[in-house]
Amino acid sequence: MNNVTRERVTAQFGDKILATTESFGELAFAVDKSAIVALTRFLRDDIALKYVHLSDITATDWPEREQRFEVIYHLYSYDLTEYVRFKVHVADKESVPTLTGEWDTANWLEREVFDLFGISFDGHPDLRRILLWDEFEGHPLRKDYPLTYETPQFTYNKDLPPEVIK
Amino acid sequence: MQTETMTVNLGPQHPATHGVLRVVLELDGEVVIKCTPEVGYLHTGIEKTAEAKLYYKVIPMTDRMDYLAPMSNNLGYCLAVEKLLGVEAPPKAQWARVLLTEITRLNSHLVWLGTHALDIGAMSMLLYVFREREDLLTIYEAVSGQRMMSTYFRIGGLADDLPDDFEPMVRKVLKTFPVRFQEYENILTNNRIWRNRTIGVGVISKEEAIKSGITGPMLRAAGVKHDLRKARPYSSYEKFDFEIPTQQASDCFARYQVRLEEMRQSLRIIQQAMDGMPEGRYLARVPGVVLPTKEEALFQMEAMIYHFKLVTEGFHPPKGEVYVTIESPKGELGYYIVSDGGTMPYRMRVRPPSFVNISALSKLVVGRLLADVIACIGSIDIVLGEVDR
Amino acid sequence: MGLEEKIPDGIILATAEKVVNWARKRSTWPFGFGLACCAIEMMSSFGPKYDLSRFGMEVMRASPRQADLMIVAGRVSNKMAPVLKRLYDQMPNPKWVISMGACASCGGIFNNYAILQGVDKIVPVDIYVPGCPPRPEQLIDGIVKLQKLIDQEKLKGDSRQSA
Ligand code: SF4
Repeated sequence: MNNVTRERVTAQFGDKILATTESFGELAFAVDKSAIVALTRFLRDDIALKYVHLSDITATDWPEREQRFEVIYHLYSYDLTEYVRFKVHVADKESVPTLTGEWDTANWLEREVFDLFGISFDGHPDLRRILLWDEFEGHPLRKDYPLTYETPQFTYNKDLPPEVIK
Repeated sequence: MQTETMTVNLGPQHPATHGVLRVVLELDGEVVIKCTPEVGYLHTGIEKTAEAKLYYKVIPMTDRMDYLAPMSNNLGYCLAVEKLLGVEAPPKAQWARVLLTEITRLNSHLVWLGTHALDIGAMSMLLYVFREREDLLTIYEAVSGQRMMSTYFRIGGLADDLPDDFEPMVRKVLKTFPVRFQEYENILTNNRIWRNRTIGVGVISKEEAIKSGITGPMLRAAGVKHDLRKARPYSSYEKFDFEIPTQQASDCFARYQVRLEEMRQSLRIIQQAMDGMPEGRYLARVPGVVLPTKEEALFQMEAMIYHFKLVTEGFHPPKGEVYVTIESPKGELGYYIVSDGGTMPYRMRVRPPSFVNISALSKLVVGRLLADVIACIGSIDIVLGEVDR
Repeated sequence: MGLEEKIPDGIILATAEKVVNWARKRSTWPFGFGLACCAIEMMSSFGPKYDLSRFGMEVMRASPRQADLMIVAGRVSNKMAPVLKRLYDQMPNPKWVISMGACASCGGIFNNYAILQGVDKIVPVDIYVPGCPPRPEQLIDGIVKLQKLIDQEKLKGDSRQSA
């Protein structure tokens, strides 16, 4: 079944696909970021594929690479019962087009990626931190963020006179 | 007449939000015109912590995400790592896994039913379901020694053999639970208050549900007959005979019916798994990757060395990435694991079903009364540990 | 001998301290502050099998204003910490805190950027209940210990609660 997806995607978007891999029985495409919206829309609407369910959006961080982030999309087709994976490579401070126009799921999932990795999404209607609080500094899932760093958030003795706090 | 809207803050400390969810509501009189759920009050950093732990040592943390369904979480993780390693659990382990994850489903749905009913005003349900839940927790405790955070599954099998008194306990559940479900139905299904507060409340159309990424019982209550246990069977689910309950109404009542029916189906699966439990090893025999059994580790030199090496040093899975999803009680639970060949996951991503489901809350409640928000939050069945991870 | 012989039947003498402490310890109203996994075990101990009401504790309050015992059940994230502190401040005196579970006591297995390493950093804790999650029996034991603690409290003087 993977083959159907593979053929149709390659036929339609051959020039935008940077790499195709199939490992552990999972089909994955690395695509150019300009194509991601059109590509996912095609997969969703194509009558033979119908990848209507956006399962997940996440990212990985590879600090030693030039384009250090990979944004990863997983789509699922209820008819084919197959997953397909897309990857978009982006450098730090670069942004990715949003999928919120196509899927409502993308809203929160992209916010989470933004929160934990600091990758911004172009055209996202409400790009705020979601899991951490607004004043939080840094993006914890980046590899250079320390695991056990504690952020001082408020002082316990705030309403005591200043000389007590020291 | 001039009307002003009012902003009401629900939570994070609120009894009806099942934990620490915060919902900011904009009300016009008593009608909700805008609803923004705010999450993250239980953010635990599990994904980050997993990057600094050996593959084996991540399992206890998966328990603590969806703490009402610890075994489902274990299963998803173990299946993902097993796929990465190319290991398959032996038949006995697979059947025990099926049995225990179905018990987990019962556990999760029971607590959902109790808290949901409590929110709507049927306090007694909570006491009933906690009575039943104790039977399930006894089983957990017998197999793993812990009441809740069982951490019973291991990569390649189970932590230990099933205990001798396992079967009578399961048989007891199989015997008593159908009667209990009938009891719940007697209390709720034809209860006028229950019906008024759930029928027609929190409706979301099938198309919207798919667009919002909703999975699990909520999706089935919207009329999509889809269950990963059937669609992409894992852990020998294809060998079991069960139905996928669906409803068309897609309101809170439909979700209640779907979950109740799912519990009955779970009992069927448990019955089949108990009757046909195969004999044999409970751990795959793959030295260097899968832990040896306890007896082997105690009496065989080789096995002990493997055990020591695995626990202290871990194993090196091949480079690559896998995405494995299972049908947890809440919906589609996915694990995306990236390995760079090291002994710890390079990245572990959990696709949390409740996180995605709760993001659709505003579609359920806008235009309805404030009191319906409570019913809707309840019917989504969220666990904040999993939403925030 | 002494005063006791002179007073009629049905009258018992005690110190005010004893009476107040007796009343307080037998009707501690817990504040259901369910945060994470431990909260489920807390609910279990209110349930039919463990039945906390045997100790005069079953009146779970959802509002901090009506409660005098905060059971912090579960891990406290840094985002939740200010909320928790505020809720504690809203509780009327005298008040006590039980930190339930490894996470609330010390961060548990989550030593990372997101979790507060022990609620005692922000609120004063009277009893620590270990376990992950503690069994309901353990929580009950913690509560009984707290009752003993309440029994020894001074109405006046340097006791923390008397202020
Ligand atoms: S101590 Fe254990 S059970 Fe309790 S909140 Fe922490 S992880 Fe959950």
